[in-house]
Amino acid sequence: MASVSHLFHLEIGVRIMSENIKVEEYILSMENITKIYSNGFIANKSVNFKVRKGEIHALIGENGAGKSTLMKVLFGQEQPDSGEIFYKGKKTNITNPLVALHMGIGMVHQHFMLVPSLTVAENMVLGVEPGKYGMFSYKEAVKLTNDISKKYNLPIDAEAKIMDLPVGFKQRVEILKILLRGVDVLILDEPTAVLTPQETDELFKQLKVLKEKGYTIIFISHKLHEIKKLCDNLTVLRNGRVTGTAKVSDLTEQEISKMMVGRDVFLTIKKDVAQPKETVLSVKNLSWVDKHGKRVVNNLSFSVRAGEILGIAGVEGNGQRELTNLIARLEENQIGEILLYGKSIAKQSIREIREQKISHISEDRMTFGTVYEATIEENIISDRFYKKEFNKNYLMDAKKIKNHVNELIKEYNVRTDSKDLPIRTLSGGNMQKVVVAREFSSDPKLVIANQPTRGIDVGASEFIRKKLVTLRDQGAAVLLVSADLNEVIEVSDSIVVMCDGSIVAYLKDAKRVTEEQLGEYMLGIKKQSDEELREVVHD
Amino acid sequence: MDVIFKSIFSTVFFYTILRVATPLIFVSMAALIVRKGGIMCIAFEGMMLFAALGGVIGSALTQNLFVGLLLGTIFGVTIAMIFAYFVLVLQSNNVLTGLALNILGSGGTVFLLFALTGEKGTSSSLRSLQVPHWNIPIIKDIPILGEIISGHNLFTYLAFLTVILVYILVYKTRLGLRIRSVGENPQAAESVGIKVIRTKVISLLIGGLIASFGGMYMSMGYLPFFTRDMMSGRGFIGIAAQNLGGGIPLNTMLSAMLFGSAEAVSNVFQSLRLPSEFVQMLPYIVTIVGLISIGGVKKESKSKIKRIKEIKESTHE
Repeated sequence: MASVSHLFHLEIGVRIMSENIKVEEYILSMENITKIYSNGFIANKSVNFKVRKGEIHALIGENGAGKSTLMKVLFGQEQPDSGEIFYKGKKTNITNPLVALHMGIGMVHQHFMLVPSLTVAENMVLGVEPGKYGMFSYKEAVKLTNDISKKYNLPIDAEAKIMDLPVGFKQRVEILKILLRGVDVLILDEPTAVLTPQETDELFKQLKVLKEKGYTIIFISHKLHEIKKLCDNLTVLRNGRVTGTAKVSDLTEQEISKMMVGRDVFLTIKKDVAQPKETVLSVKNLSWVDKHGKRVVNNLSFSVRAGEILGIAGVEGNGQRELTNLIARLEENQIGEILLYGKSIAKQSIREIREQKISHISEDRMTFGTVYEATIEENIISDRFYKKEFNKNYLMDAKKIKNHVNELIKEYNVRTDSKDLPIRTLSGGNMQKVVVAREFSSDPKLVIANQPTRGIDVGASEFIRKKLVTLRDQGAAVLLVSADLNEVIEVSDSIVVMCDGSIVAYLKDAKRVTEEQLGEYMLGIKKQSDEELREVVHD
Repeated sequence: MDVIFKSIFSTVFFYTILRVATPLIFVSMAALIVRKGGIMCIAFEGMMLFAALGGVIGSALTQNLFVGLLLGTIFGVTIAMIFAYFVLVLQSNNVLTGLALNILGSGGTVFLLFALTGEKGTSSSLRSLQVPHWNIPIIKDIPILGEIISGHNLFTYLAFLTVILVYILVYKTRLGLRIRSVGENPQAAESVGIKVIRTKVISLLIGGLIASFGGMYMSMGYLPFFTRDMMSGRGFIGIAAQNLGGGIPLNTMLSAMLFGSAEAVSNVFQSLRLPSEFVQMLPYIVTIVGLISIGGVKKESKSKIKRIKEIKESTHE
């Protein structure tokens, strides 16, 4: 009898011990998290994500791999469809960001949550203002700020206005702000995306200090050299699934890159070998600095010839959007030259550029690609309504326009009941077909296509890719920007890889390129020599 | 010319400035609070008209000044709350809602007046009360100064007190900090647990209260009765003063007084043989000139930003 009860106690003791171990080992553990959005998109599929106390844990993956969704679930901005979250050993239900904050989880968003005209001290204490009887004690706020800034060795001018601070310091305020609220876990969402290299170094120093003080940090990024420099462990996501969790020091950058980048579905497009002719677009030493003083586009030189498709591969946000916007004149103040048929476009208006048979598919369909409230017909003729062929005696020729639009709807297979419906009633794929119909039907000599198939169905994607090849065969020069490796490899004739605003590789024959190779260039592990890169300029 | 100078550099003239600037100071302070909360509200005209009529009705029916002030305030704040409900809760367009409430103020007050008195023009048949004037002891005996700042309606002193109170509210209280934060970056405020809509409603509530005082001054101080459309654009001039003052209470008050002096000058000119249309135009011209000059200043600061950017660029080279 006695031995049975002894055994029983022992068992409980073991169970308590194992729970204790769990408490000590993992401060945070997300188990089997699945999140399916209402449109059926599976953002997270049975994701397990565990973080030890006092470590810097990297959460990495390509755009759309599900990092943001997982963090939104953790921070209470999204509710998971299934799965559990344990924090400090206890099962928790995080219903909104404030709950997360009270529990001790704080997040530094990519877009700062700061009020520009208020001072640092005021921003620091917002929501938990010191003072009695409804009054706000600014002195107290300044003191709190200085105390905490001294404690963590993160110097800041408490009385400076946020709008006068450089980005690195704004980020520091964000970090201090969540430290003031007594968090134990800090989530940093791509914190280095907005920083200059010097500011990044400074940030890493700060984060290491925080780690020494016992804070746990989740660091979201896709820059491998940063992760190598800073993090202890990493979890890799791809297509909503975890492809691995490991110690950073156990892996080479190549191995991490393989875990991150990969093709799950193979796609092939039949096409003949390109017959490049004269140079249409040539970009020379192009740079562009954003309003924070960051060099987003850095000394690019390349050219695109008639009859070839030049693909630009890269993780989103490495200067591709700014590059295409500069070529399409949606962005100004460039440094360097953009030449169209050997003539600079700097002084030309957008219409003048388009008159030279340049087409542009913007990655931002809603802002630049379409007029959201206008009809399909209006969207299609928006670039040609003023032309002679569509006008009769100072008025637009409604009949001619109608025929023209109906023809295009048929040719490009836009599924709609009428050309007079607002374009917002169409699905993403059909909307993009309207954009493509307009941009491809003007007999273009140069097509700039930025993420032309993002977020649209397989059928429409295939259609657009084939059209790009057809245009090439008809003698157009095509510049294809895409973060989709399948697309870049299959559609392009040659590939340029962009990383951190610079061109890091020129791969002459897209057919012989592997995704591992691309991954290493995209993530900044490898870089070609200047001689190799010079070949992309054909003059 | 001599006549003009004599009438402008007189104590009566400066006394008049304070008298005509009073409603403008009130409404500019109301506009300031609401603007700090990030709301573009143009319904002050409507709030003031209803408050003006409410004060007259309340005091006439009960012969109690306090009840009059209370009813006027309730009228004005009600309009502000209707605006809040439509714009903040139902998400209707703020300009259209404001416009609708101003038209409601114009027509609704006349309707109420007609229902009560059978008249459509003024409330002179109602025996409404007035807020008393105050001769400040000691100061009233000081030559010149006494003549200018003593003997005003109590509302006038309250207006200047309001400026101080608004300053304290905006810059020295927790609520003020929260109003400023929801007005400028609601996401940031929300992320630290501040209730954005509630804070905005509170700013409109306070704005409605202050605008109501401006309205009641018109019918219980400036004039002893209510007349239709008696605000004649003061609600809008208050918004302009707020803009010209850059959202800073003291500067806003000074702008309101600038517009007040333009009105005072036009009062003086009316006694001369100048075309009355031209004279009446003056306050509005001053308003436009003021707003244009503000635009110029803003442009300059933009070019400053550009310079800073250039300097930065060169250091990054």
